[in-house]
Amino acid sequence: MGIKEGLLALLADGPTHGYQLKLDLEAATGDGISLNVGQVYSTLQRLERDLLIESGGRDDEGREVYQIRPAGRDALRAWMSDPVDVAAGGRDEISIKVLIALFTKGLDPREVIESQRRATMGLLQDFTRLRARDSEEDIAWQLHLDRLMYSAEAELKWLDRVEERLKSARQAHTKDRAESPVEEGV
Amino acid sequence: MTDLVLKMTRIGKTHGKGAQRVDALVDIDLDVAAGEFVAITGRSGSGKTTLLNIAGALDEPTTGNVWVEGRDLGDLSNQELARVRRVSVGYVFQQFNLLPALTAAENVALPLELDGMDVKEARGYADLSLEEVGLGGMGDRYPDQLSGGEQQRVAIARGLVGPRSLLLADEPTGALDEATGESILKLLRDRCELGASALMVTHEPAFAAWADRVVRLRDGQIEEISVRSVVPSSPADIYS
Repeated sequence: MGIKEGLLALLADGPTHGYQLKLDLEAATGDGISLNVGQVYSTLQRLERDLLIESGGRDDEGREVYQIRPAGRDALRAWMSDPVDVAAGGRDEISIKVLIALFTKGLDPREVIESQRRATMGLLQDFTRLRARDSEEDIAWQLHLDRLMYSAEAELKWLDRVEERLKSARQAHTKDRAESPVEEGV
Repeated sequence: MTDLVLKMTRIGKTHGKGAQRVDALVDIDLDVAAGEFVAITGRSGSGKTTLLNIAGALDEPTTGNVWVEGRDLGDLSNQELARVRRVSVGYVFQQFNLLPALTAAENVALPLELDGMDVKEARGYADLSLEEVGLGGMGDRYPDQLSGGEQQRVAIARGLVGPRSLLLADEPTGALDEATGESILKLLRDRCELGASALMVTHEPAFAAWADRVVRLRDGQIEEISVRSVVPSSPADIYS
């Protein structure tokens, strides 16, 4: 998630100071991201340098207050309407682990699949229980939890599919070897 | 063993003979404690439904023993088995099998009446059960006056009606939309929290995740996937 865009979105709602922005951004993402205040201030400085926000003076307690500029609102709108490129992340660690296990002698991809399945199912059970318990909680947390649950579910389905593909590939390989014994070892 | 509602030891099931012989289940041990919700996952044809049917005395194992509420099903007469099926076990299956000539409430009350319960009392339980599945006030409708999803919920209400100790569910959320499906899973959970036990077959990971314990059937054998007994106290517990 872009911290920069998150801060712009909060400032689009009205001027405020850096520490409040940190708290609001964490709350707005259902505690999905955790920030240190230094990250917030360095991002605010970059936004100010790029003329997307500006200082709006100091509040009663002497804290610097920031406000969004028209260019900042344009940048926020552009970010919102730009779809996230899911493929840009490339292969993730689990895919890479399975592939390495598949092509390395002495490693078994099934072990990767099984341990990942156990971990992810446990996580999905935790999410499911939390969602059942926290059904009245704030919407940011609910949306975030939904997202985590769908991701976990998709991963479990993918692991099943990988297992099926590997099984079919092994069966085809065994059949090939049985039908053409002369080529064995080539 | 007293707190085990279901105990299965060394269960084997073989179909066919000679070259046609298929070992559907091989030496399976599975226990379900009082108050526990267990999900069985696995691909189609992995033997999930066969195992569920054996647990509910609807099919016999080739080898091994099954105890329901401490009684070995292999020692029971046909009459006693029929009573276990009617009284102790609740079944929620993929097929609705509702009797078209009976109303929803009559369908739900039927297993209790067959067991000799007074019609009025059985009807009271049926209304309660229909209420639980979100069909309160629809007890007088006939199956053909209900949608597919509603018929499935009537079948679920029938499976859960009365004080049953072991609930067996085979893909119970099949014809239901996601939200209604979740409400049924929550119902199974609630029943378990009140002391019943549930064994559910599903190929959907999201449904299996409602269980305390998830096991997987593969090549006729069982493997433990995950056990969860407590709700994480906060989101931070998950991230840590």
